[in-house]
Amino acid sequence: MSHNISSLGYYLRVFATLLILTAATVGAAFIDFGAFSTPIAMTIAMTKGLLVVLFFMHVWHSKKLTWLFAAAGFLWLVILIGMTFGDIVSRGWQGQPAL
Amino acid sequence: MSSQQTASSAALGKADSVPQDSYISNEYGIKSWLLTLDHKRIAILYLISMTAFFFLGGAFAVAIRLELLTPHGDLMEAETYNKFFTQHGMVMVFFFLLPSIPAVFGNFLLPLMLGAKDLAFPRLNLLSWYIFMIGGILALYAIITGGVDTGWTFYTPYSSTYANSQVMVAGIALFITGFSSILTGLNFLVTIHRMRAPGLTWFRLPLFVWAHYATSVIMLLGTPVLAITILMLALERGFGMGFFDPKLGGDPILFQHLFWFYSHPAVYIMILPAMGVISEVISCFARKRVFGYHFIAFSSMAIAVLGFLVWGHHLFVSGQSAYAGMVFSFLSMVVAIPSAVKVFNWSATLFKGSISLQTPMLYCLGFIGLFTIGGLTGLFLATLSVDVHLHDTYFVVAHFHYVMVGGVVMAYMAAIHFWWPKITGRMYPEMAARFSAIVIFIGFNLTFFPQFLLGYLGMPRRYHVYPDEFQVLNVFSTAGASILGIGYLIPMVYFVWSLWWGKPASSNPWQAKGLEWTIASPPSPHNFEQIPVVTEEAYAYASDAQFVSAFDTDDQAKQSSHV
Amino acid sequence: MSELTSNPGLAHHFEDLEQQHESMTLGMWAFLITEVMFFGGLFTLYAIYRWQYPDAFSESSNKLSVLQGAGNTVVLIGSSLTMALSIWRAQHGDMRGTVRYLVATLLLGSVFLVVKGFEYSHKFHDHLVPGAHFDVSQFLMPETQAHGALFFSLYFAMTGMHALHMVIGMVALLILIKRVRRGRYSAENYSALELMGLYWHFVDIVWIFLFPLLYLIGRTWTPA
Repeated sequence: MSHNISSLGYYLRVFATLLILTAATVGAAFIDFGAFSTPIAMTIAMTKGLLVVLFFMHVWHSKKLTWLFAAAGFLWLVILIGMTFGDIVSRGWQGQPAL
Repeated sequence: MSSQQTASSAALGKADSVPQDSYISNEYGIKSWLLTLDHKRIAILYLISMTAFFFLGGAFAVAIRLELLTPHGDLMEAETYNKFFTQHGMVMVFFFLLPSIPAVFGNFLLPLMLGAKDLAFPRLNLLSWYIFMIGGILALYAIITGGVDTGWTFYTPYSSTYANSQVMVAGIALFITGFSSILTGLNFLVTIHRMRAPGLTWFRLPLFVWAHYATSVIMLLGTPVLAITILMLALERGFGMGFFDPKLGGDPILFQHLFWFYSHPAVYIMILPAMGVISEVISCFARKRVFGYHFIAFSSMAIAVLGFLVWGHHLFVSGQSAYAGMVFSFLSMVVAIPSAVKVFNWSATLFKGSISLQTPMLYCLGFIGLFTIGGLTGLFLATLSVDVHLHDTYFVVAHFHYVMVGGVVMAYMAAIHFWWPKITGRMYPEMAARFSAIVIFIGFNLTFFPQFLLGYLGMPRRYHVYPDEFQVLNVFSTAGASILGIGYLIPMVYFVWSLWWGKPASSNPWQAKGLEWTIASPPSPHNFEQIPVVTEEAYAYASDAQFVSAFDTDDQAKQSSHV
Repeated sequence: MSELTSNPGLAHHFEDLEQQHESMTLGMWAFLITEVMFFGGLFTLYAIYRWQYPDAFSESSNKLSVLQGAGNTVVLIGSSLTMALSIWRAQHGDMRGTVRYLVATLLLGSVFLVVKGFEYSHKFHDHLVPGAHFDVSQFLMPETQAHGALFFSLYFAMTGMHALHMVIGMVALLILIKRVRRGRYSAENYSALELMGLYWHFVDIVWIFLFPLLYLIGRTWTPA
């Protein structure tokens, strides 16, 4: 099997970055960013998730098909949450009965 | 295709008797079937179990139609009626329609069409049948020990809080069965990606394979959402946790959102493989390459993707926001486009074709007409204002039966007649089959067309009594259901008959194109002696080809295929 | 390829190990997509109810221990590292090293579940488990107490489903360790290890999202 073999340092660097980001997200939670606190937490979580997907799960070195599969999972999640949210958010608009 | 010809001429030599080294005859005993890893045998296991579920679901339908013969509740009480229509829907949707064509014909044919020895994961394939059976037996247990009365849609809060029937057991049954569907989809997806024979490029694939690819995508992306939804329903019902409960500020409409996120695309899990069957059969019996191959292939993928964006049209009158309703209404109109592309292309395939009306073709033509009616009435229902009037009436019932029975079951019947010689090595009796095809077509229309009128006149669904003025149309419908029931029993008889007394089939009785027709009928356990190399596109029928009936002049047929 | 087709690790219906390996990893990715959608249903409900009832969610979230949540996050990320390193050793043909890292992964997974168990038992003790004995009157206004039940139902469903995936993963790890020790895998054939890794990392990613969503909301929140 032809595989890209990474070095120990490579994995340790990813691990260290994940730890730093964990510390960052805990720290950020105790600072009042107002409306931005959730986007900040989600951005950090996305970054961490992406690091795991790309480097621990080796998508970075994988074929396009693997990228496509990983992206499809994410996209469908966005469809599910996004379109359901669309209903909830727009219920109170313009004389419609609110929740 | 050079390898195709050598393989077919070798197999044709023994067409006068059923080969002894086939997948059916290479091993004997119940264990050799229950522990088999052969995709063809697993397909047979599915065929037998699903036929049983079909007749069980049919029995509930018969009871429903009998009750509706008169306007009063003569035969059963409201509670019993609720259970019967729920169980009819649950059995038919989850244990027949969803797995029908993929689990039987997809299982049997995908490796043959791809030039592979088996699916990518034979063990998962067998596991999926066992999971299916565990779910099915649990569902039977739920039915026998009290039944389910929530409707097959399990809407909360009735299902989570108020229903006193076996909702929990039925929910667990569906949860389990879902995994069978997931495993099937996963297996198909990987097989189509990784197991294609040399030279079999994406655009040389039979459209049946494209349809199953699109189906697998939906199975994988949709089914888990149903699983988690049912799990939340079970946690709410069984452990008093809160997910949809309005008393806790929860929103029961969210259950409907999640349920239909799966269950609307599930309609495409049922119809896409059916469309794949139609593309195969129609090109064979018109002796023409399917018109607009690429359009049909891409329309399958378009349906798979767009099908996920329309679920809100089930919620138009549930309290969903009118703005969301507008978006879902528009998107529902859009998803009609790829379906229409297919219907137009099949019609164009018939144009100037050399058409012969063998049984599979009769079902095919029935499919095109009935599916078109089912699809167009779907557009009525996708129109916001019209749906306010028609929602929860018999118009909806008629609409989805035109798609599910007029579409999926017709294609299922086309498939089983078309590939019966390949699966069993025997021909079915053609005249009896044509007769039953016509009986089914007449019975079907007589059953369900009056329901369009009833629905338009305002008869609501899911009631066991109705005003007197609706009786005439209901009598028509019940009469049609009796004819339809007889129509389904006739094939049962002659298919079983043909297993012993049917004429042995040659490897390619229809002179059809495709790798599955290059090997013996029934195929050997490993399908191909050597992996074929594909050098031509699908449906490469010669433009001046004449169809020679496999029944009338079998010898002539054998000779012509050698030319 | 003839020497490869006689490989005992190759199933009869595949042409060679490469095709087998690619099929297996693709199958695992397809399975992980179903897992995304499975958890997706829970995330959908979470997103909507949190948007509708931000105060109840913030107050309820403050009853969870950031220390235990953060500690478990570190443990799980560590287990992802050891999982990745076990494959890295297998690529070098060092199967003893592989076993060592797999055992480390298993141990870290156990630590996670033990901490989770302590958290759950505290919640039972504090009447924070939805059901007959649920009681959040200590910290929620009467009009928002019901919404607290939504938060804790989602908390238990999400972390419970995640923990169930951990348990399944650990059973798979045990089987895998046994097989590695029996010499089933080598530097040429370690697909099963890769599949295990993909699954384990996925479970890690779910937690990476659960941690901030469940534990870290409303930490600066003050009653209006």
